[in-house]
Formats: sequence, structure tokens, C-alpha cells
Amino acid sequence: MPEIRVPFRGGGFRPEARRGTGIAVFLLLLFLIEWGTRTGWISNLTLPRPSDVATTLGDLARSGALWTHLLPSLSRLAVGSVLGISAGVGVGVMIGLFSYIRAGLVPLVAAIFPIPKIALLPLFVIWFGIDEGSKYALIALGTFTPTVVATYGAVDNVDRGLIRMGQSFGLGWWSIVRKIVLPGALPGILSGLRVSLAIGIILLVAAEMLGAEHGIGAYILQAGALYDLERLFAGVVILSCLGVLTSWAIGKIEKRLLVWRS
Amino acid sequence: MELAVRGLTHRYGDMVVLDDISLHIPAGEILCVVGPSGCGKSTLLRMLGGLEQPDWGEVLQGGTPPEGCLNPLTYVFQDFALLPWRSVAGNVSLVLEDHRLPSDRVRAIIQDVLARTRLSDFHDALPRQLSGGMKQRVAIARALAVNPAVMLLDEPLSALDAQTRELLMEDLVALWERQPFTGVYVTHNLAEAVRLGHRIAVLSRRPGRVREVIEVPGPLSERHAGDAGLEAIQAHLWALMRDEAMAADLELLDA
Ligand SMILES: Nc1ncnc2c1ncn2[C@@H]1O[C@H](COP(=O)(O)OP(=O)(O)OP(=O)(O)O)[C@@H](O)[C@H]1O
Ligand SMILES: [Mg+2]
Repeated sequence: MPEIRVPFRGGGFRPEARRGTGIAVFLLLLFLIEWGTRTGWISNLTLPRPSDVATTLGDLARSGALWTHLLPSLSRLAVGSVLGISAGVGVGVMIGLFSYIRAGLVPLVAAIFPIPKIALLPLFVIWFGIDEGSKYALIALGTFTPTVVATYGAVDNVDRGLIRMGQSFGLGWWSIVRKIVLPGALPGILSGLRVSLAIGIILLVAAEMLGAEHGIGAYILQAGALYDLERLFAGVVILSCLGVLTSWAIGKIEKRLLVWRS
Repeated sequence: MELAVRGLTHRYGDMVVLDDISLHIPAGEILCVVGPSGCGKSTLLRMLGGLEQPDWGEVLQGGTPPEGCLNPLTYVFQDFALLPWRSVAGNVSLVLEDHRLPSDRVRAIIQDVLARTRLSDFHDALPRQLSGGMKQRVAIARALAVNPAVMLLDEPLSALDAQTRELLMEDLVALWERQPFTGVYVTHNLAEAVRLGHRIAVLSRRPGRVREVIEVPGPLSERHAGDAGLEAIQAHLWALMRDEAMAADLELLDA
């Protein structure tokens, strides 16, 4: 009789949802900082006390100032990223489908992608005006390039066998794009959106730091100028929440639209 | 509808894949195509349905498709080619949507083909929930939905296990009995070829040439696994293919 049990070698390489782990890490970090600042192990000049930041946030919400800053920011982010992402998906699909457009635009996109868009802000102010126009344009351009790259990669990865199947049943060009190419590319496009929206938030703040009366970026800039760490961090917390929220929303959309994946 | 292939020759780069292939597929008859791996069977089938253009030669179609035929030359693919994001019914309706049929007519067609392939209970299931055999039945249902004049099948059963294959072979025979279609059936399985083919074309190793076309006597519905006459034809086919297959194998090793 054999007697050594065969050792288990499978498993792993497949992260699963672990509820609460993220929050636990977060709370632990906050607790450490709170403890450090209270004992004086972290000086007040390096980091504000989390509880003070929370109080500042509470005051901000109570006074209504939170909304005067948050609403303009949200609308800028929404308008700019909707413009950038829809243009990006459109151009990305065209690059994925047409040889000439691909040959013509891929180098252009590669050239635009690494430009720090913030550096172009003065130019945008001249082109689109100092008000909302330049901010929309900056966010739109910033979300456009990563969306294009993600989209044409996703279109390239659509199973050509499915497209041949569509052709073999006499489906029209537009039907093939709408019913086979776009749904097939959707997973890749959605994961590209995560990156695009994060870049959108970064650029939102940058744009608001330059010539905006209200907005999270303006709020942070004012706080930084006064070296008011509590308010500065309150602004940063709001931004982080925004990031977590968009990522969560995309996660929800993915769950909804991609039930067909195993 | 009938199909004819005349002097089909094709090369990929320097490699001649098909060399002067001529075949005739009369209406209502199934031609099986067998041959060693890599001899160009799939290439030939893609050309038959107009998915690829040959370098020389031509594919001709004759006769008129039956009434209500939405897509005369219709494929069943080896890898099923189902849209994973559409349900069983959605995959069938995909091929009907471009034809501007009234919606109750579409629904009726879907119900009919799902019933014929015994899939009515899986109307709303997603492909990932189905077994391989059921996926191929969905692909067959989709092909039936357009009421094809010619069915082009590329190893439709080779991804399936032996029992499922046997069942699906009976399904295919029943479907053909009900409404005889013209068929080209590519396979490397000789047992399938003698069960489903009225005639069998044996291709040589690459470059693919027609070595022999064999008639299989007797109606499809009366052929069964283990039939002595069929076994004899199968043995003859194997004798034809054996040397080719071995040589093809060695070629691949050399390459
Ligand atoms: N698009 C292509 N470009 C280049 N070479 C190809 C292409 N398609 C097929 N080939 C080559 O042509 C030859 C014939 O291919 P084909 O798929 O038609 O063979 P087959 O008889 O169907 O083989 P199998 O039995 O393995 O399915 C193979 O050597 C294959 O590598
Ligand atoms: Mg093949």
C-alpha cells in the first residue's frame, strides 16, 4: 500500500474578494498616525491629526462649503471625462477597424500620451478661455489618450472567429461592429476607464489650482498657501473618496454588463 | 442548391496548400472531406462559403435557394463561434436581426429551431452554462434558423466526446432526413465520414489534391455504428490515408 499522501500543488493565482480587508488596512494606518501625532512621535508640522482632519471635514459639510467646492468639481469631471472618453472610444474603435486610420493615428496618440497635459494648461486658457472651457478641455484630453489606447487594444483582442462567423451569416458591417466588436471589446474598454478616470481626477485638481474660485483643487491650493494642514488633508481625503467611488462604480458596471464572463 | 469547385489552387506564401481541386456537390447530397492534418481542408471550406479567395480556380453555385432561405451558404464551426454575451435564443436571433422579419416570425423561428435541436429548455441560458455538445447544438440551431441551402461544417464534432458525437450524428441525420440540405462536411474522423457522407473525397497530404472520391451506398438513416459494409469502406479509406498521414507527420517533424 502506498502511504505518502500526494501533496496539494494547485490553487492560488486567483485573488478573491475579501470583505473588509481594505477598510482594516485603512483604519490601521489612521490609528497609527493618530497615535503617533498624539504621543508626539510624529510632529504636528509633518502630518495633521486624523481626528482634526475629520473635524475640519465635518465643519466643511455643516457650513455647506463642501458643496460649493464639490459640485463644480464634479460637474467639471463629468463633462470633461464624458467628452474625452466618448471621443476616445470612438477613435479607438476606428483605429481597431481601419488600416489607414490606425497607421495615421497610432503614432499621433503615442506622441500625445506622454505629454504632461498640465503643461498645456496656459495654452488651453488661451484657446478655450479662463473659465470652464479650458478645464473641460484639459480633462477631456487627459482621459482621451488612455481611453484610445485601451479601446484599440480591446478591439484587437476580439475573437476574429466570431467576426468571421458574423460575415458568414451575412451580417452587415454596422451589425458586426455593434453586436460583435463592441461587446467583445467592452471588458478591455471598462478596465481602461479606471485609468482614464483616475487621470481625469488628477487633471481636475491641477486645472482648478489655476484660476478657479471654487472646486476641490482651489480649496487645497488655498489651504496649502496658508499651510493649513488640516484643510489640505480634508481636501485630499475628498479626492481619495472620489477615486474610490469612481472605481467602485466601474466595478458595479462591470458586474452588471459582464455577467456573461465566467 | 449545388456547388462546384473548379481547379482550385491556393498558396500561403511559398507553401502550396491546395493544388487543382475539382469537386461537384449535387443538391441534397452531403460530401465528406477527409485528409491528413494540414492538407488544407479548412482552407477549402472557407473558400466554398466565400470567406477566403483562392489564388486560382473558382467556386460555383447553381440552382436557386429554397423559399425563405436567409443565408444560402451557412457554416457550422469547429469552435462553435457563439457570442458569449448572448443567451441561446440571442445567439440564434443574431442571424435573423438583419433581415427585418416581423418579431413574432423571429420568435417562431427561434422556438422551432430550438425545439428541433432539443434546446427549448435552455432558451435563456448563457453559452458558458452549456456543455460542449449543447453549444454545438446551439450553433446548429443557429444555422437552421436561416434555412440554409448548403451547410458547410468544419469538424463540427471533433471538440466533443465520443458519446456526444454519436448523439449529435444521429441529430444531424434526422435533420437531413427532415429537410435534405446540400452539405460539405470536413472531418478527420473516418467513422463520421462513412455515417454522414453520400460521397467521401479523400485529399492527399499537403499540397492537398483529390486522391479519390468514394461513393457510400445506402440511405443515411439506415447506417449504424458497426455496420459491416461501412467498416469495409472505412478500412479502405484508412488504407488510402495511412501512408499520407504518416508522411504528413514526418513532414511536420522535418519542418
Ligand atoms: N491564414 C493562413 N496563413 C498562412 N498559413 C495558413 C493560414 N491558414 C492555414 N494555413 C496553413 O495552411 C495549411 C492548411 O491549413 P488548413 O487549416 O486548411 O488545414 P486542415 O486540413 O484544415 O488541417 P487540420 O486537419 O489540422 O484542421 C496549414 O499548414 C496551415 O498552417
Ligand atoms: Mg482544419
